[in-house]
Amino acid sequence: MAVKSDAEITFSQELLDHMETWREKPGNLIMILHKVQEEFGFIPREAAKKVAKIMNVPLAKIYGVITFYHYFKLNKPGKYNIQVCMGTACYLKGGEDILNELESVLGIGVNQVTTDGQFSIEAVRCVGACGLAPVLIVGEDVFGKLTKDRLPEILAKYQEK
Amino acid sequence: MTEQVQITIDGKEIEAAKGANLLVTARENGFDIPSLCFLEKLTPTAACRMCIVKIEGRRGLVTACSTPVEEGLQVTAFDDEIEEYRRTTLELHLAEHDYECPVCDANGECELQDVAYRYDMGVEKNRTIPSLPMGGQEGSIRLPHDKTSPVLEYEAAKCIRCGRCIQACDEIQEKGVLGFVHRGYHTFVSAEFGAWKNSTCDGCGECVQACPTAALTEKPIVERFRPFDVERKVTTTCVYCGVGCQLDMWVKNDRVVRVRGAESRPNNGRLCVKGRFGYEFIHNPERLKRPLVKRNGKFFETDWDEALDLVASRFNQIRRDYGSDALAGLSSAKCTNEENYIFQKFVRAVFGTNNVDHCARLCHAPTVAGLGMAFGSGAMTNSIPELADADCILVTGANVTETHPVTATYIKNAVRKGAKLIVVDPRKIDLVDHAHIWVRQNSGSDVAWINGIMHVIIEEELLDKKFIAERTENFEELKQTLSQYTPEKVEEISGVPADKIREIARIYANSPASSIVYAMGITQHTTGTDNVLSLANLAMVAGQIGRESTGVNPLRGQNNVQGAGDMAALPNIFPGYQKVTDAESRKKFAREWKVDSLPAEPGLTVTEIMNAALDKQVRGLYIMGENPMLSDPNLQHVDEALKEVDFLVVQDIFLSETARMADVVLPAASFAEKDGTFTNSGRSVLRVRQAVSPAGNAKPDWQIITELAQRMGYSMSYFSASEIMDEISRVAGIYGGISYKRLEKEELHWPCPTADHPGTLYMHKDEFKRGKGKFHPVDYLPPAERPDHNFPLVLSTGRMLYHYHTATMTRRSQPLNTFAKDAYVEINAEDLDQIGACDGCRVRVITRRGDIEIFARKSDRVAAGTVFIPFHFHESPANRLTNDVLDPVAKIPELKVAACRIEKME
Repeated sequence: MAVKSDAEITFSQELLDHMETWREKPGNLIMILHKVQEEFGFIPREAAKKVAKIMNVPLAKIYGVITFYHYFKLNKPGKYNIQVCMGTACYLKGGEDILNELESVLGIGVNQVTTDGQFSIEAVRCVGACGLAPVLIVGEDVFGKLTKDRLPEILAKYQEK
Repeated sequence: MTEQVQITIDGKEIEAAKGANLLVTARENGFDIPSLCFLEKLTPTAACRMCIVKIEGRRGLVTACSTPVEEGLQVTAFDDEIEEYRRTTLELHLAEHDYECPVCDANGECELQDVAYRYDMGVEKNRTIPSLPMGGQEGSIRLPHDKTSPVLEYEAAKCIRCGRCIQACDEIQEKGVLGFVHRGYHTFVSAEFGAWKNSTCDGCGECVQACPTAALTEKPIVERFRPFDVERKVTTTCVYCGVGCQLDMWVKNDRVVRVRGAESRPNNGRLCVKGRFGYEFIHNPERLKRPLVKRNGKFFETDWDEALDLVASRFNQIRRDYGSDALAGLSSAKCTNEENYIFQKFVRAVFGTNNVDHCARLCHAPTVAGLGMAFGSGAMTNSIPELADADCILVTGANVTETHPVTATYIKNAVRKGAKLIVVDPRKIDLVDHAHIWVRQNSGSDVAWINGIMHVIIEEELLDKKFIAERTENFEELKQTLSQYTPEKVEEISGVPADKIREIARIYANSPASSIVYAMGITQHTTGTDNVLSLANLAMVAGQIGRESTGVNPLRGQNNVQGAGDMAALPNIFPGYQKVTDAESRKKFAREWKVDSLPAEPGLTVTEIMNAALDKQVRGLYIMGENPMLSDPNLQHVDEALKEVDFLVVQDIFLSETARMADVVLPAASFAEKDGTFTNSGRSVLRVRQAVSPAGNAKPDWQIITELAQRMGYSMSYFSASEIMDEISRVAGIYGGISYKRLEKEELHWPCPTADHPGTLYMHKDEFKRGKGKFHPVDYLPPAERPDHNFPLVLSTGRMLYHYHTATMTRRSQPLNTFAKDAYVEINAEDLDQIGACDGCRVRVITRRGDIEIFARKSDRVAAGTVFIPFHFHESPANRLTNDVLDPVAKIPELKVAACRIEKME
């Protein structure tokens, strides 16, 4: 409500400089939000508020942008964000089965995070590795020509770390 | 004059203004083009596509709402093809709509329903596009139904994505809380993001009023209803603040069930959360319904005869035994003009004393005194909506978004149009977000920084020499005083940086139309009158007065504080600001009121009445609609004073803190239950119309007073409030041309001396009310109480958005309470750490007068070394702390500066 508490979040100098560079340019909000997500891994509410304040843009407008582009995340992803490809090739090769299995193994849905904060699941559009379909990506690692039964082994790799 | 051009619509030749909106033009000429998203006061979005037309020479179909009229347009508004497109578009709207009209809150008020009915698509079988499943079945679209706001609900399934709510929030209220989220197939409106209650939405409800369907609805407050249950809609004036917003009260079963903003000046449909949602108090069960008489310390209900006989005999007795001046009356800025007129007439003609005052003493007495001395009239020089067209607005000591929310919208509208907003305030108020310059002066240093600005204006030759020469006097004296107020010296006193003083001076003096807006941050000081005089000096030095949107504008706090002053609920004047010391005026009023003579000596002010009560000089006190037990400074003192009074009568709508101390309590009708007028801060005389019957046996204040007068042996009776206004216009020159008959048809601002006078939108046009404007040189004086070792913090008090004055009404309106339940003290993080308390901790605030317990609220609105407490809360009464030391001229107490200390409570 109208009770205003101060945004208790710190932006790096790099991010602040980035905002200044983009201040007067059209389409700046998207560029700034990219940088925010880079810094925090997602866009925390306090960060959105702070951007609104610094850029003098209504918070509502910022959320309009954030929710339009699926790339922007509203929630903190897991330590390992698992992207399951739902592009045409992967889909035809059983991507959806992979996704369902992953959901049931981890006990979470798409865009959710496991309670230990270790994993999150994301369904993504074509990642450009159709030859390897179906594909999932964990961080920088790509796993192709997947079958459901390989999932526990993949997860275990990261669980151990 | 705008250029007229010729266009044709469906073959009909039409003359229209160039640039006018084509949809509006077509409708005005009888072409009823349908539309769902168009609202004339908002920028057209062309979102609904229903107003498509064909224009010769243009490709395809264009939306009329987004097309400006120009010469030679040949428009086809209706043909089979266009209508077919409209039907299809409408079907698409309906397919996405949760179509359950019979049980919908907007049934009969819905613009979508109207258009669906018009195209005979009210039933699904007449449509070719199937509805999307919304009923929760397998594969349904799941859209939010957000009920978390205390005042409204948003049901996305009823939303047609017209965007009117978003624009209303953004363009009208300038809050920008709403936006579309998840753009695409399942777009909906969201208050920022997530639950509504977590957003910065302050509940003004502008979005609800703009919504064409039932997507946004008011939560039921008094009871649920359907539009056809409403028996009548009564247009009246809001009771909360000095803006005087026009309301439409919807009445069902003699109860107010909804309030909407009326589309007329001064608010043009706008309201704030109090005006729109703060009406529950009208039907609160705690309303006083029968007179109460105290026996042995306990109240007993009685009838009017017994109560009034008792009051009449006791007042008569006091007058016989101790003389007229042993009686006093406190009138009310909440009551109507008619009631204030009758009240002061009663005190002067029946009591026979000038001991009448009201709580304006505590807000704008320095304005009445100061602007009176400088210009000849102590009111806003301009009407409120004019602020939207100013080029520079200097706001100081006025937290406008909270105290006069609708006025604030006009200020923000001006900024949107390019005006420069300068805020000078110790608190970082919400307007700061819209300001070009904000400076934080030290509390109580106002004369210094204002003098500094004038110093720069003179030094840099920014002054309006012609204006000064022709229209003012005493400039040389002012110049002399100002010479020592260099920006550097002023910076030392006020803490306002010298370069900012220069910048403000340049912007203010150079803008074509500059307006000063101020309120109690200027007046509630021992130097209140000096502060006001300084602002008046500033306006005259720069020649920034006497034109449209240009002047000095004190925002009056209460709904009718302007009128209560106009009606002379003041100890030194008769209605229309005629002095009681003037023999001619006394003669005139004695003749009108049919008494032999009227007292010549000015009477006592509010604070003096309390002192006199303590000294047994005042023994009988009649209080109408005031609550000094919460509103006055140094409450301990007020408490003792009221206990000393031999006979105390309080007339109110609730048993207030003050009423509890009374010997007799008389139940009054609320603003929704009577006729009358309020005069808003912009001098506009606005009608109050009865919407519902009074609670129980309550009566309008004026009726109670006249009945009491009769019993005290003075003949006074009126058939109606209108008849009282006729008497007012006969005796108070500035109201001379005002009558209920005229007010039905036009908005009138005083001065309006004759029946054919159009009223005065802005004052002092060619001549000041007093002839020449007079400069009064003033020197800076420090506040009476300054922080020291024992009391290191500066305490300031004031209001907040959700509550009003002593909160007798707002705290009995649940939605407002939900927004703001508890009192708090705003403390800067630095001071909070020093005290060792946390955000939300209980702390004790102590001054030399007393102490209170309260919640701490960490906030950067206040600077380190200063704290702020709203005064509305009886459980943490800020006025137990405040200083009752007075301004020598206006007798206003220094409510804005007191030295205090804060301790953490275990």
